[in-house]
Amino acid sequence: MNSELGSTLKRPKRPDKSNHKMESLMGGRRENEKLPFWRRYIFSQDHKVIGIQYGITGLCFLLFGFTLMMLMRWQLAYPGKPLPLIGQFFPETAMISGIMLPEFYNQLGAMHGTIMVFLGVVPLAVGGFGNYFLPLQVGAPDMAFPKLNMVSYWFYFVGGVVMIASFFVPGGAAQSGWTSYPPLADIAPTGQTLWLVGMAFLINSSLLGSLNFIVTTVQLRTEGMSFFRLPFFVWAQFVTAFLLLLAFPPLMAAAVLQLMDRLAHTSFFMPSGLVVAGKVLEASGGGNPLLWQHLFWFLAHPEVYVLILPAMGIVAEIITCNTRKPIYGYKALVYSALFIGFMSFLVWAHHMYLTGMGTKMSAFFQITTMIISIPSVIVLTTMVLTLWGGSIRFNTPMLFAIAFLPMFGIGGLTGLPLGLAAADIHLHDTYYVIGHFHYVVAPGTIFALFAGIYHWFPKITGRRMSETLGKIHFWSSLAFINGIFMPMFLQGLAGVSRRLFDPTQYAHALSTQPLNVFISICAWLLGLAQIPFILNFFGSLFWGRRTGQNPWEATTLEWAAPSPPPHGNFPKPVRVYRGPYEYSAPGRKKDFWPQNALEAD
Amino acid sequence: MQEKYYGWGLPVDVSVHGWQVDQLIVVVHVFMAVLFIGWFSFLIYALIRFRQKPAHQADARARHFKLPTYVEAGVALFEVVLLCAFSFPIFSQARNEFPREDKALKVRVVAEQFAWNVHYPGKDGLFGRMDPKLIKAVNPLGLDPADPAGRDDVTTVNQLRVPVHTPVIVELASKDVIHSFAIPVMRVKQDVIPGQTVRSWFEAKQTGNFQIVCAQLCGLGHYRMRGFFTVQDKDEFRTWFDAETAKKTGQKQP
Ligand code: HEM
Ligand SMILES: [Cu+2]
Ligand SMILES: [Cu+2]
Repeated sequence: MNSELGSTLKRPKRPDKSNHKMESLMGGRRENEKLPFWRRYIFSQDHKVIGIQYGITGLCFLLFGFTLMMLMRWQLAYPGKPLPLIGQFFPETAMISGIMLPEFYNQLGAMHGTIMVFLGVVPLAVGGFGNYFLPLQVGAPDMAFPKLNMVSYWFYFVGGVVMIASFFVPGGAAQSGWTSYPPLADIAPTGQTLWLVGMAFLINSSLLGSLNFIVTTVQLRTEGMSFFRLPFFVWAQFVTAFLLLLAFPPLMAAAVLQLMDRLAHTSFFMPSGLVVAGKVLEASGGGNPLLWQHLFWFLAHPEVYVLILPAMGIVAEIITCNTRKPIYGYKALVYSALFIGFMSFLVWAHHMYLTGMGTKMSAFFQITTMIISIPSVIVLTTMVLTLWGGSIRFNTPMLFAIAFLPMFGIGGLTGLPLGLAAADIHLHDTYYVIGHFHYVVAPGTIFALFAGIYHWFPKITGRRMSETLGKIHFWSSLAFINGIFMPMFLQGLAGVSRRLFDPTQYAHALSTQPLNVFISICAWLLGLAQIPFILNFFGSLFWGRRTGQNPWEATTLEWAAPSPPPHGNFPKPVRVYRGPYEYSAPGRKKDFWPQNALEAD
Repeated sequence: MQEKYYGWGLPVDVSVHGWQVDQLIVVVHVFMAVLFIGWFSFLIYALIRFRQKPAHQADARARHFKLPTYVEAGVALFEVVLLCAFSFPIFSQARNEFPREDKALKVRVVAEQFAWNVHYPGKDGLFGRMDPKLIKAVNPLGLDPADPAGRDDVTTVNQLRVPVHTPVIVELASKDVIHSFAIPVMRVKQDVIPGQTVRSWFEAKQTGNFQIVCAQLCGLGHYRMRGFFTVQDKDEFRTWFDAETAKKTGQKQP
């Protein structure tokens, strides 16, 4: 089956060819049913199974990263007090009779960041949703390279295992922040080595995945699916794939260099004459710590857009579907996404204004940072204008998708003062930054991901999730998550540094300590608020109301496949006749007009 | 004792230049608030007005709204103002427009895990030579005793004293990892990168006891890398400084 796919790659989009491809896949489907269990569900090459693998693993890592954060929040609210109930079960290298050690706090912080970004959000948003829905939405029977797709997942899995294993080596996991700035990271305990190795696996996984996404989008679009008929979700994933493809290699290089510094005693990031704990450090010297920061942020800034673009894609799908209206300014949205993708490579040093950068350089990066804010404003504007004149259904996915807008708005707006070097003098490396990017990734991206789960669950499982539990989940999460991140802006303005194990040590941080208690309580309540979701998720798998092919009456191609779609996706090859969002087209009885429906339908 | 300086929001500002940073922060936040409230009200209005009603279809005729284009142009224009009228000049003042050295107090601050070593040149205005190989517990900076320039140098740990109404030029260096020298009430923050010396400057307009903060994760003691920052009357500072240099050079104070 793969060889057929390979051959169609060379001659794309000839109707007879793609029909042939479909036929062979239908054959492939029967073949698939004969495969042993482990080929079908474990080392599977079906994009949907891989998507589910990515999604479930990603969700588990999100939960794990969240748990790490809940531990940190205890220390921040009640520094020096023993952690009740579970504190005693931690080894002495982490907590002494339940009282957390600073080393362990730093491990929790670094690993929370790493896990959330690289093992939670990106795998779920790109590996999960992207893998599952991109081929469906372009009308393809599978990804272009199913084997690479499988390898990509398993690289990710191994990377995750290495990251978790790093907690158990002497000295514990990486503890120099998710940014791993040398020289601190160069001289950190063994966990940092495992962090680098784990990152190498994750980087390779992303590279393979992104190649697949790009080739699938370019080559496997079904007949009639021109670029400007692609759902915005596909565009978002397409741009994301380019970001992953182009941004990760520099980090790979940087990771190898840091690994060399740690293992082969090179000094890429170590200047001469370092004196650590009163002793001259044995290193050849001559390196520069700022080199790492440039390489790291050259990846990590585009990475921020990797976290947000797929979220925008999901939200756009859900908002159009539930307002029963085409998206306002589809092309503006697409061009904005492309422009964001391009510009995201030109802003990285706005994380480095205070490293001693000259004013010319900082002026350049301030200008690019202001420029990139414009397309983000356009995205938010088109989304609200889509609501105008609509007939809005407030189901759970829609609630999460709508909440994404103001939450991402707050995250984006608070990036403004951070992008202005002069204001950054006071705000850099404070809780203001923590508040800012969490508004983007937590009530922003995570809400969009929840929206996506509620929206596509019927497609993936053939059953619906409970609306009541969904709404409880939504409203409680919304309240608590704002309770967590809003006060952080006040702390940041007060100048409270981030990554502080004990915030009562500084006078200015001590004065905001009541806020820390409030934030922590909200964080634990947010944890409780996920219980309805977990119940809903598993309960609906078994007892959810069964649905048909197109429960939301949506227009894009994934809804033209059965729920759940079989191997090969579409029983008959689909053909596309129109744009992705033909809702409430004037003069038609039904308020939705699927992309594949014939004129007469 | 320090409660009066700090609260939920910007701390007290005791520097001469800090009002500019604060003003920028306030202006941006007002701008953000206006944009957000305007946009958010529109969102809520649209959600209520266009909620699903029985026997009512969405109106999908293509529309073109002019307002957003104006808003976007306005945002872009305002960003230009923020950059040109505020950020560029303020940042360039902090980075480039150093006070004249003969009018300023020069002091070197060497960061290490997890302390700030403060180093004043003595009366000669020259810093003694430093050598990492000479670093010992009693000589945390590795000052070379053979260098005459260093004889009268004054060093303290975690205690930076400066006179009020006097520009201070701080030369920052690090012995080990990256730290970040921050004094919130002074609206200064500067990363300290090992292998490089970087300068920063400020001028205090009010006396008092404040704190130096390490703003960059530098290891397990990052949370307690606190220094004391004391702004004194000029006379008080001079008395202290003379006494210290005298102690160093073994001379009796006049
Ligand atoms: C939703 C609940 C979440 C809460 C309550 C939360 C809370 C926190 C807290 C308390 C810190 C540490 C602050 C410090 O010590 O400086 C932190 C750091 C961080 N978080 Fe989250 N977080 C959440 C979700 C996320 C998500 C979804 C992501 C990423 C996609 C994320 C990425 C990060 C990163 C990158 C850091 C910085 C780590 C570092 O300093 O090295 N967080 N978060
Ligand atoms: Cu430090
Ligand atoms: Cu520090």
